[in-house]
Parts: sequence; C-alpha cells; structure tokens
Amino acid sequence: MRMLINVPETVVADALRGIAAAHPDLTVDVENRLVVRRDAPVAGKVGLVSGGGSGHEPLHAGFVGPGMLSAACPGEVFTSPVPDQMVRAAAAVDSGAGVLFVVKNYTGDVLNFDMAAELAEDEGVRVARVLVDDDVAVADSTFTAGRRGTGATLFVEKIAGALADEGAPLEQVEAVARRVNESSRSFGVALGAVTTPAKGSPTFVLPPGELELGIGIHGEPGRERRPMMTSGEIADVVVQAVLDDLRPTGPVLALVNGMGATPLLELYGFNAEVQRVLSERRVPVARTLVGNYVTSLDMAGCSVTLCQADEEMLRLWDAPVQTPALRWGR
Amino acid sequence: MLDTDFFRRWMTATATAVDREADRLTDLDSAIGDADHGSNMRRGFGAVTDVLEKESPGSPGAVLVLAGRHLISTVGGASGPLYGTLLRGTGKALGDAAEVSWEQLTEAFGAGVAAVARLGGAKAGDKTMLDALLPAVEALGTSAEAARDAALAGALATVPLPARKGRASYLGERSVGHQDPGAASAALLVAALAEAARTDEGGRA
Repeated sequence: MRMLINVPETVVADALRGIAAAHPDLTVDVENRLVVRRDAPVAGKVGLVSGGGSGHEPLHAGFVGPGMLSAACPGEVFTSPVPDQMVRAAAAVDSGAGVLFVVKNYTGDVLNFDMAAELAEDEGVRVARVLVDDDVAVADSTFTAGRRGTGATLFVEKIAGALADEGAPLEQVEAVARRVNESSRSFGVALGAVTTPAKGSPTFVLPPGELELGIGIHGEPGRERRPMMTSGEIADVVVQAVLDDLRPTGPVLALVNGMGATPLLELYGFNAEVQRVLSERRVPVARTLVGNYVTSLDMAGCSVTLCQADEEMLRLWDAPVQTPALRWGR
Repeated sequence: MLDTDFFRRWMTATATAVDREADRLTDLDSAIGDADHGSNMRRGFGAVTDVLEKESPGSPGAVLVLAGRHLISTVGGASGPLYGTLLRGTGKALGDAAEVSWEQLTEAFGAGVAAVARLGGAKAGDKTMLDALLPAVEALGTSAEAARDAALAGALATVPLPARKGRASYLGERSVGHQDPGAASAALLVAALAEAARTDEGGRA
C-alpha cells in the first residue's frame, strides 16, 4: 500500500486538521468531527447540514460556507457519521429558523440522520430532511435499499444553500431541495477500483481492458462489466442512461464529475462527448460544471448528473457561493 | 439467574471476538460492501469495553442500554444504529431487574431483534444480520449453544442469497456467493453469549 497517510485510524482527523489550517473561515472541530462556517449561526437563516462517509472530498466539508452548507459532518471513510455529530452541527447552525438535513440515500446515512433529527428536535431545533436519490444505475428499487444519492447532492446543496442565504423559511428551502433532487439523475462508470486506507488493497479487481458500469461512490462494483470503450462510447451509454430516466423537456444543469483518480484532461475530453450526446438528443445545457466534486478516494472514472432546471433553480445556481471547493460571484 | 456480571462478560466476549475477526469481517464486506465492517465494529465494541470499565451499570438492562448507546455514538454506518438498537431494545425489555432468567433474556432478545427489523425494514432472507439473529432467537429457548449454532448456520445460509437491503443490495445478483458481513458479525455476538453462559453456573449452557 502506498498512501499519503500516517495510520488508517487517523486519516479523517488528520484531514480535518489540514482543512482547518487551509480554511480559516471555517470552524473545524477535529475531536467531534464537525466543519462549520465561522459566522454560524446566521440570524434568521435556515441552517443547512449535510454529511456522510469521508473519502468523497470535496463533498461535504468542501461545500461549507456562504451560499451553500452551514455545516458538514464527516464520518469515517465510506461510513456514515454518527448522530452525535449531526446533533452538534444542528445546534451550532440553528438560529431559530430551523435546520435542513441533506441526506444521501444509503442505509447508514438515513438511519443516523433519522436518529439525529429526533434528538435535535428533543433539544428544540426544528429539523426537516431531504433525501437525495439520483442514481439511475440502481435498477429496481423494490429489491434494493433504493436509489443511491450521488452527484445530485452538489446541486441540492448549492441551490438550497442559496435560497437559505436569501432568508427563505425552512419549508421553502426544503421544498426547493426536494424539487432539485426530483429533477436530477446520475450514472457512474469506474475505470479502476478503490483502495480504502483500512483495507489497503483494491476493493475489487478490474482487469485491464475492462470497465464497470453503474457504480456508486463507495468502491463497490457496479451493475455490469464491459470491455473498455472510448470516451465517446462511454458518454453515449452514460448520458443515454440518464436521459432515459429523466426525460428532460427543458434546459439542464450538467455535472461531469471525476471519481478522484481521473485527470481533468480526460474529464474535459469526456465533457466534450457528453455535450455532443446532449446536443444530438436536443437537450439544451444551461450550465456545466466539470471536476472532482463527489469522489470515491482513488477510483478512476466519472459520473454524469443532469438536473432539469427551472428559472428559480438557475437563479439560485448562479447566486454567489464561497466555499473551499466551489466559489463564484463574490 | 443471569446477573449484571453475565451481561458484562457477554459484551466483553463480543468485543474480543470482533477484534479477533475484524479482518475477516472487512474481507467479507469488501466483496459486497465497502470494506469497513470489521474496523467499524472493532471501534464500536472497543468503546463499549472502555465505557463498561469506566461506568458500572447496575443491572443487566443497564449494561445493554449503555453498550447500545455507545455503539450508536461510535460505529456509524448502518451497523451503528442497527446494533445499537438491538442492544438498547434488548436492554429496555429487560427493565431494571438485578437478575433475569434465561426465559426473560430470550424474550428480551426477541424484542431487540424485532426492533432491528423495524428500523432496517428487512425481513428473513434479505441477506442481512437478521438471517443470523432470527434463527438465534428461535433457538435461544433451547440453549445458548443451540442459538450459537443457529446463528452461525443462518449467517452461512446468506451466501447463496441476493442482497435486498443495505449497501450490498446495489450489487443485486452479483452479491450471490458471498456471506453477508452483518450476519457474520451477528453470529459472533450470539457465540459470545454462549461463551458467557458457559462460564456461568447459573446459565443454561
């Protein structure tokens, strides 16, 4: 194993100390595993809290700041955080206007955030929850734990975060978050497996010349394995899978997301192919974001998320944001 | 009758077994999950051992409620709430009696397992920890050894099943041929119960 770590047990804490050093406008509580915007709680503003396993950086700590999340709760690598973290986060960001939990649909995240919501409400914090479940690679949700939450998390956090910053009440922030999720679909491809610090070897073996279609973001194998394809062929498969499910009738937001180990050179080239497919299918693209945003440690590969955006979503997408990983307009 | 010390021994024996088998649990999890079940359970039961040394819960029920609460606070993932609910549910059902009968433990453990089923929304055959726990509850009325064997058999019986809950469910048919890591760790918990009973003269080992 060759990793830039000390020991597997301190990987998350070490990263949090590094985040604290790099971003003085965040409050980082290493012991309790919390990243909070420094000016929280902001008077009259709904708090936006998300979290999940570590290993998906910059998700979620990289999205904390004005215009996006109020706080993030990083768990152990690929492991949901515990309710104590979320309760502390809710208390830290609640100004009395309530808190929205943005939860990716994984059994662990759902259970822990549900427990946290109950505990936070016992302490007098008004909590709403939105579940992100955009992954169309999960074929039949009656036989699974339901669609996974992946790239759409970024759209939900950015757009709901912008509305919260405008001072909208909890119900409205929750409603727009839900609408963004319902309007978003994703599909991912792996060109290599993940090595987690705890295990120290790849979680599955992907022979040269093959790729995994329909992966999630936890190093698990996907829906099927196929011989390697060109960037254009992969874009055909991925975008078609998303469009078959989303069937957009208007302009979309596009996220071409790297899984962690794919260079931007490849991602930009892949984006060109994604835009070609969308153009061939007569789907207008309103905004595009290319980069490593919802990653899976050192997995090579990419995912595409499309969100059919209405006027309000576009306005909120363009609103200023100032976080470690996403910043514009300020 | 089973006293507070019996339940402490059960938790300690579970922690020892989880620590010993952590790599195997992680290997099982890397086949169909995300390769962290062993390290997560080790962290959780390590915390349980620590807190049981520091605090002295005064009843069987209090031991399990305290252990469950610490699992929820330290494990994370799905295992934290599920194992936490199992132990809290069992402990709450025991009430605050200073000693409990084997029959009371059997009934309370059944209540704990039912709470897990409610929380996770899973049922028998979904390839989850319930596939070890449900047969264990059935067999617990007979003896601790019978429960241990039933749990182990139940865990092994998850191998040919497609997963329908949790992370492994995303693999669908590709999860066939692998033992469910949650069922494997649940079998360790039940085996530790049999181990605690074996060293207890009042137990029905």
